[in-house]
Amino acid sequence: MAKSKKTPWRDWAAGYFFASPFIIGMLVFVAYPIGYAFWLSFQKTDLDFGGLTTKFVGWDNFVKVFTDPTAKTALYNTAFYTVFAVPLQLVFSFSLALLLTQPIRFRDFYRAGFYLPIIVPAVASAVVWQRVFNPDYGILNDMIGWFGVPPQKWLFDKDLAKPAFIFMSLWQIGRQMVIFIAGLGNIPQSLLEAASIDGANGFQRIMKITLPLMTPLVFYNMVIAIINSFQIFTPALIMTDGGPENATLFSVLNIYREGFQFFNMGYASALAWELFVIVIGFTIAQFVISRRWVYYEE
Amino acid sequence: MTKQTKQTLGLVFLQIFATLLVISFLLPTLWMISSSLKSSTEIFVVPIKWIPDNPRWQNYVDAFNMPGLPMWRFAWNTFIVVTISVLGTVVSSVMVAFSFARINWPGRSIMFGLMLATLMLPAIVTLIPRFIMFKDFGWINYTIPGLDLYFPWLPLVVPPWFAAGGFSIFLMYQFLRGIPDDLDEAAKMDGAGRIQILTQILLPLCKPVLATIVVFALIQYYNEFMEPLIYLSKLDSWVLALGIRAFNDTNVQNWELVFSASTVMLFPVLFLFIVAQRYFVQGITMTGFGGR
Repeated sequence: MAKSKKTPWRDWAAGYFFASPFIIGMLVFVAYPIGYAFWLSFQKTDLDFGGLTTKFVGWDNFVKVFTDPTAKTALYNTAFYTVFAVPLQLVFSFSLALLLTQPIRFRDFYRAGFYLPIIVPAVASAVVWQRVFNPDYGILNDMIGWFGVPPQKWLFDKDLAKPAFIFMSLWQIGRQMVIFIAGLGNIPQSLLEAASIDGANGFQRIMKITLPLMTPLVFYNMVIAIINSFQIFTPALIMTDGGPENATLFSVLNIYREGFQFFNMGYASALAWELFVIVIGFTIAQFVISRRWVYYEE
Repeated sequence: MTKQTKQTLGLVFLQIFATLLVISFLLPTLWMISSSLKSSTEIFVVPIKWIPDNPRWQNYVDAFNMPGLPMWRFAWNTFIVVTISVLGTVVSSVMVAFSFARINWPGRSIMFGLMLATLMLPAIVTLIPRFIMFKDFGWINYTIPGLDLYFPWLPLVVPPWFAAGGFSIFLMYQFLRGIPDDLDEAAKMDGAGRIQILTQILLPLCKPVLATIVVFALIQYYNEFMEPLIYLSKLDSWVLALGIRAFNDTNVQNWELVFSASTVMLFPVLFLFIVAQRYFVQGITMTGFGGR
């Protein structure tokens, strides 16, 4: 101890050495690209065999970000998806967690079953769900048929395509569910018992005790779910490629097209920056609002 | 009705409800596996036959012998990319987490905050500049000079060695923080250096968390789609994720082949999930992250 106090620079050197992969990676693969993307968003770019050529165009790309109808559609679609998918995911995964913490049998089996979908590779699940939604031979139309609902066109119907994506996202809530289950395990039984003795029924116990104590985890899952929803890409590219009539053209898919299919990398960078600012803004706003509703124990 | 019977009835109801729900969750996957063994006419029979009359294993042979889509090649490429990436993730996250958890240096808390911030950074923001950067490095369709070895996967496998994903560092950090400092101090008294403390004292205690990191990194790199899509232009360099997508685009009618190719891609992770299930749960509950 005495030795290390005399020569703190030895600690420092060791600290920097062990942290060097992160520090270098942070600078090269994160900080520099973010800055470069910012610079690019003021350029008009062309990518040809000679490499990338750029020309400064001022705010043109950002003007286009706010006026281009395709970009507006993409942002609207992404917002629509996020606004509906995230609350549904939270309610659904929370209910599942409540269900799986009741004293029923084979709980481990159920948990594994609900978790399984998120280990299915994204490409494979997109390929399968594309067919689950198939109007003629998909299993979804089969199943809703049992309840007398007529077959739907799902991914081929511009009004049902986004709801179909939202529905599919409810299949992938295993991570949120596991977090809720872990949190439910930490709720003091004595509180619930005390409420029971005071005459609270199951529903009241959930609303008045369980839910307030779980708000930090609800908040946490919500933040992550919103960030993820804003970035939906793989299923959109594979299942619909943005169609029908751009109904599932989400922001990241639009950026991918602009950047890597039309090679408007400057404009695509401006779009990416827009998305970045929106995600940061939403995250900060949630932290601010969270002070009003998230309960933290002293 | 007494309170007791009421409660039992309630639990029976929940049990049935949970069973129906879990079956519906498993349906898409089961449908994929069952359909992968059907003939191309049987697949379109309504109502669905869940168990095919004569399982057609030939579908798997056909899927691997598609003209123009060398699945074996894709599988081998995936193996190379995943192995190098996972190794890099383990080495770099152990080093960085050790530095964050055990050594004092100026700027440490800022760096730690930045690491948590990268977890929330949308991948698309850095994708375009990274692509341009790797192109400038000459890493797109790279051939190792001298060896004349085609190695187009550098953009995918190098960032993991530089702690690209904060998740595994955070996981390792959380675990290291749980190990009392006394152990390090005792070893220091005995004259052990930092590398010895890390490799001989701490790492053996970290086996469960290392397993968790490996499992999550395996799944993550195996599933990765967007980055390979952008960096790997030549068919010979593709990974399975790209292969399945092309398979899907070219076999619009042959669902059974698409399903068998997808099942092939699912199988390794499914196996890993069955063998290492507790590490998944552990990883998520320790950090709140992981998975999607």
